[in-house]
Amino acid sequence: MSHIFNTTLILNGIFFLALATTLAGALIAVLSTRLIRSVCGLAICCLGLSGLYYFLHSPFLALMEILIYIGAVCVTIVFAVMLAEPDEPAKDEKRASALEWGGAMLAMTAGLVWALSRLVLSRTWIEPGAGMKGSGAIRAIGLHLLTTYGMAFELISLALLVAIVGALAIARSGRTKP
Amino acid sequence: MTPPLYDKLQIYLVMAACLMVIGIYGLLRRRTLIGMLISGELIFSAASLNLMAFSRFTVQDPAVGQIFVLFIMGLAAAEVAIALSVILAVYRNYRSVSTKELADLKG
Repeated sequence: MSHIFNTTLILNGIFFLALATTLAGALIAVLSTRLIRSVCGLAICCLGLSGLYYFLHSPFLALMEILIYIGAVCVTIVFAVMLAEPDEPAKDEKRASALEWGGAMLAMTAGLVWALSRLVLSRTWIEPGAGMKGSGAIRAIGLHLLTTYGMAFELISLALLVAIVGALAIARSGRTKP
Repeated sequence: MTPPLYDKLQIYLVMAACLMVIGIYGLLRRRTLIGMLISGELIFSAASLNLMAFSRFTVQDPAVGQIFVLFIMGLAAAEVAIALSVILAVYRNYRSVSTKELADLKG
């Protein structure tokens, strides 16, 4: 019995580590002044999120989160930070109005968190019970992608192609101007 | 016997709510386009986490939610590519990515 208790304790510890990593990364991403630290915060947040996906029985999405968000999105943003202006501009507003706005924003966000948490905790969620079908393993995902969701899969690839070509076209125009 | 803490739907939903609110806060607070883009990514992640939690705990076929979140990730990557090229074009024209400088059309 004590063996089972220890396993649960360790799993809870890892779970809280993932939660704390996600929250800390998000806070770093939002609150730091230098943009490069903000990008690193986003990467840390995605690392924690991949841990959460693993706890949601989806190692496939955990890997995809690391691959796409940290490997592609964060690296692309780092390139943009290197090419454009690296820092937040200095604050040039009056201190009183900044404090006012900051207070209003803090109150609004705290109210939103409170309302959403209350909404989540105040009702019971229906479990599917014995009606589970399918395993959710990588094989099942592949079969779904090639049969049921084949059309959506092709449309996503088309959207990615259009996005890449559009990004090239937008970033290329105006390069010859001084 | 109650399920362990990592097997409860509510904790994931509260986590996603916190992520979304942090993203909204950043979207309002940031003064550069890249910072706002990063906050937008946080909101995207919150939505993905929410959908994934619902698909794990309340849906019969657990593969559907994973495929949906995979599509969200693909679209987020496409959005980042487009947004960054727009930001680079703006920087080339204005020599700045601060949102205060981009006021040409302001009446």
